[in-house]
Amino acid sequence: MKVDNIYKEEKKSAFAKLSEIIITMASRPSGLIGLSILVFHIILAFISPYIAPHDFKAIDPTLMLQAPSAEYWFGTDDLGRDVFTRTILGGRTALTITFFGSLIALLWGGLLGIFCGLVGGKIDDVVMRIVDAFLSIPWILAMLLIVSLLGTSTEVLIPALGFFYGKGIVRVARAATHDVIAKDFIVSARARGHSNFSIIWNEIIPNVRDAILVEGAMRWSWMLLGFSSLSFLGFGVSPPTPDWGLMISNARGLMSFAYWAVIAPIVGLSSLIIGINLTADAFAKALGIDRSTKAPV
Amino acid sequence: MTDIIQKVKNLSIGFRSKKGEEILILKNITTNIKKGETVGIVGESGSGKSTLALAMMGYVKHGLYTIGGECQFNSSNLLKMKSKDLEKIRGRKIAMIPQNAGQALTPNLKIGYQIDEALQLHSDLDEREREKKISELLNKVRLPSPETIALRYPHELSGGQQQRVAVAMALAGTPDLLLLDEPTTGLDVTTQAHVLELLNFIAKDTGTSMVYVSHDLGAIAQVSDRIIVMYSGEIVLEGPSRDILKKPIHPYTHGLLKSIPKLSLAGLPESMPGSQPQPGTIQGGCSFFDRCNFSDDNCKNNSPKLEFLKDLNTSVRCFNYEKLVNENEVSQTVNKIKNKSLDKEILNLSEVSISYAKQKLLDQIFNRISDENPTVKDINIDIKKGETIALVGESGSGKSTILKSIAGLLRTKDGLIRFDEKRNLSSDLKGRDPNDLRIIQLIFQNPDESLNPNHTVEEIIAQPLKLYFGLKGEELKKNIIDLLQKVRLGEFYTSRYPRQLSGGEKQRVAVARAFAAKPDIILCDEVTSALDVSVQAAVLNLLQQLKEDFGTTYIFVSHDLAVVRAISDRVAVLYQGRLCEVGPSNDVYKFPSHPYTEVLLGAVLEPDPDIKPKLVAEDIVEERPPEKGCSFQGRCSRIVGDICKKEIPPWQLTDSGNAIRCHIPIKELQKQQF
Ligand SMILES: Nc1ncnc2c1ncn2[C@@H]1O[C@H](COP(=O)(O)OP(=O)(O)O)[C@@H](O)[C@H]1O
Ligand code: SF4
Ligand code: SF4
Ligand SMILES: [Mg+2]
Repeated sequence: MKVDNIYKEEKKSAFAKLSEIIITMASRPSGLIGLSILVFHIILAFISPYIAPHDFKAIDPTLMLQAPSAEYWFGTDDLGRDVFTRTILGGRTALTITFFGSLIALLWGGLLGIFCGLVGGKIDDVVMRIVDAFLSIPWILAMLLIVSLLGTSTEVLIPALGFFYGKGIVRVARAATHDVIAKDFIVSARARGHSNFSIIWNEIIPNVRDAILVEGAMRWSWMLLGFSSLSFLGFGVSPPTPDWGLMISNARGLMSFAYWAVIAPIVGLSSLIIGINLTADAFAKALGIDRSTKAPV
Repeated sequence: MTDIIQKVKNLSIGFRSKKGEEILILKNITTNIKKGETVGIVGESGSGKSTLALAMMGYVKHGLYTIGGECQFNSSNLLKMKSKDLEKIRGRKIAMIPQNAGQALTPNLKIGYQIDEALQLHSDLDEREREKKISELLNKVRLPSPETIALRYPHELSGGQQQRVAVAMALAGTPDLLLLDEPTTGLDVTTQAHVLELLNFIAKDTGTSMVYVSHDLGAIAQVSDRIIVMYSGEIVLEGPSRDILKKPIHPYTHGLLKSIPKLSLAGLPESMPGSQPQPGTIQGGCSFFDRCNFSDDNCKNNSPKLEFLKDLNTSVRCFNYEKLVNENEVSQTVNKIKNKSLDKEILNLSEVSISYAKQKLLDQIFNRISDENPTVKDINIDIKKGETIALVGESGSGKSTILKSIAGLLRTKDGLIRFDEKRNLSSDLKGRDPNDLRIIQLIFQNPDESLNPNHTVEEIIAQPLKLYFGLKGEELKKNIIDLLQKVRLGEFYTSRYPRQLSGGEKQRVAVARAFAAKPDIILCDEVTSALDVSVQAAVLNLLQQLKEDFGTTYIFVSHDLAVVRAISDRVAVLYQGRLCEVGPSNDVYKFPSHPYTEVLLGAVLEPDPDIKPKLVAEDIVEERPPEKGCSFQGRCSRIVGDICKKEIPPWQLTDSGNAIRCHIPIKELQKQQF
């Protein structure tokens, strides 16, 4: 007698699939930690303006470099601003800019990668050469150049970051497309006479989507680090908007006697990066992608 | 009992499912391997045969664990042994040859060096002795001029030669027990026959015990003294090779032998229903119950024990084996192919040549293909409406290449492809209109590759229906369900993904997708070679049934001559992209034959210990077709001299209307082949 069992699952709705993936991610300790950190940061980014105990730009020379106290939980900085307020607000810009930057990276990187994998041959060679050439430029120099020419507005930072972090995605998307393109179901679709668009949309994208998404999630955490480095160098968020990179940069000289001003933003930044990293890893595992083999470059 | 070399006792191996249930892959296996005997373990994919073979060398695959029992070698349990002690046994006392062992050779190291490494690891010989031993080993596996072979790299050897090197390496440690996991699967028929013959020789010559694991009863029959039949992780039948093959007393083995196509039988064998249950899905009762023709109520609720029958020297796991004991040899009832009158031409290939050569710039500019010696050349075939024509030949003979050009996936160099007596089809996809594409559909070898893993069965079958007929909504759904029923799958399959289907079910979906286009011609590329033996006959029967219902024409590519014999009306034999012989299948399988057909027929492995393969030609592989003369000159044992090397042989007709392309006159060929 046979029973319906583990081998017989039915087609699920997108929502059911997503919740299943999230449950699988959360069933591993590392995934659960990563997800919790990420969700915590996102919620914080949304609610921080409403819960911030002080005005983030209120300068008060009498309160310079106070140690943590009941009033100023994380102490104050060299201008007497509340470090706690600035810390909980300091991830908002970075998170927003890198999130949209990652979307742009996913879009152009994914599409170009699929295109290259699909057409192959000379065009693929040439495009990949160009991508490689760009990869070899130290990105931070190029970013500095762009920012100094065009300014540090969001409209400049998002596409610029999106562009530089899309290169890795091109490679992943191309490799994944190459794997798929050799399969008989593509040959079969071509022999039936489906259009190129239909082949890309129906046959290729569903099979490369997961690999690209995972790569995108990974790139997000790298982009966050990159963006914070820009701020650290003074080319990211302009003062007085609170930003971790900027805060670390400002307070770094005071490390020896006002460690609180620098520790709080460091914890904020690194926990977010670790959170995204762990989440991306768990996401990959839940989708059955082995990042150790699929990782690019 | 000192002659027992490996003792498997109550061995159970399993894994834990996502839900935490313990799922058994091997259930309470007990058997012994004696000194000097060759035991064949046969079963379908997933029956646990490889897991058992690996356990016999103390290895449990990652993700699996031993639940109980032991594998005793020299009275110590391998499964409990420390890895340091195991290392001393593996390679020295027990060696393994895995599937595709030839391809597993390190590509950038010379053959001699790799064997030397094995010798250093598994023997105590000094350098001079090792050098001698290397050529001794290469000699033993009958590689020509061992000294030169030792200096070659793996890619400079053919598949069969690589497999021989793998055998030589396994013999380096003079093991007492040699485990072989599908050692000839994936090799060409002729190569396979040669490797099996070598293994037989080695077993006799060295007295090594062998455990030969395979899904192929034909191969097992050639080497085994004893056969173990596995089903769903259990031994269902175990006994002397001859008895198992001639008078199987377990219903599964009985049905399996009946469902295997044989050279001597024209027509389709009886098929076995269903497929092997997935591990963990059997609840009480006999694991074969769903598919059994001899079952009763008792089988449904109680599981049979493996029972040893002293007078037959056989163990069997079945309540009703007595019903089979008195049956005589397996009688194969064959569904005769109904041959409709075939006179209207549907597809004609004339003077078709196909080249893979990289084209020079000048040729690209003038949009022409120049290649003096193309991969496929001079193909003339006239295919009638409603017939099944088979293309046979070893791998690389150009079968798939021709199919690709017919499908418009590969440009031809020369020649015309004419459809329905009037219309020339472009060999380029862009030159074909949607209807040209609809009339020819493809079914591929491996449904895992040909079905998009991210599409449901419904989405897969909907594709041609939407593309060619613009169906939508209710009508689309109705058509899909109709098609599923035609391939004997229920409506509830619509929402399944390919990974939730068995191999046979997947191939049925691929068949349904091909028929959804209402094609005139279906190109079948090795459609049953990736399927389990017990499922193969069912898919062949289905294809035959559909063809009778729809009047479809099949161009059926296969390397398996028995399968071709079963399904086809006409056969075309290819060697190096050139036709050797074309004729009605009944006649192609009778002598006189083209010398290459003779080689192929001789190499077929039948699941019968009395039919031994005849090894007529060497199993060398030619890289390219010869520039001049007969395509088969390099391997032909009947070669008549210079004329074969210089002139393309003429087509000659036999009395029965079979066309053979050879310089030897038909009468003479007949005499030579008696
Ligand atoms: N894409 C390709 N590029 C170059 N050579 C190829 C390609 N595909 C097949 N070939 C060669 O063409 C010959 C015929 O191959 P194929 O048609 O696949 O044979 P079969 O289907 O009979 O095994 C072989 O020598 C093979 O190496
Ligand atoms: S026990 Fe019953 S169901 Fe099982 S093989 Fe024997 S007859 Fe068939
Ligand atoms: S023509 Fe010559 S080489 Fe070719 S098959 Fe005939 S005898 Fe052999
Ligand atoms: Mg082929």
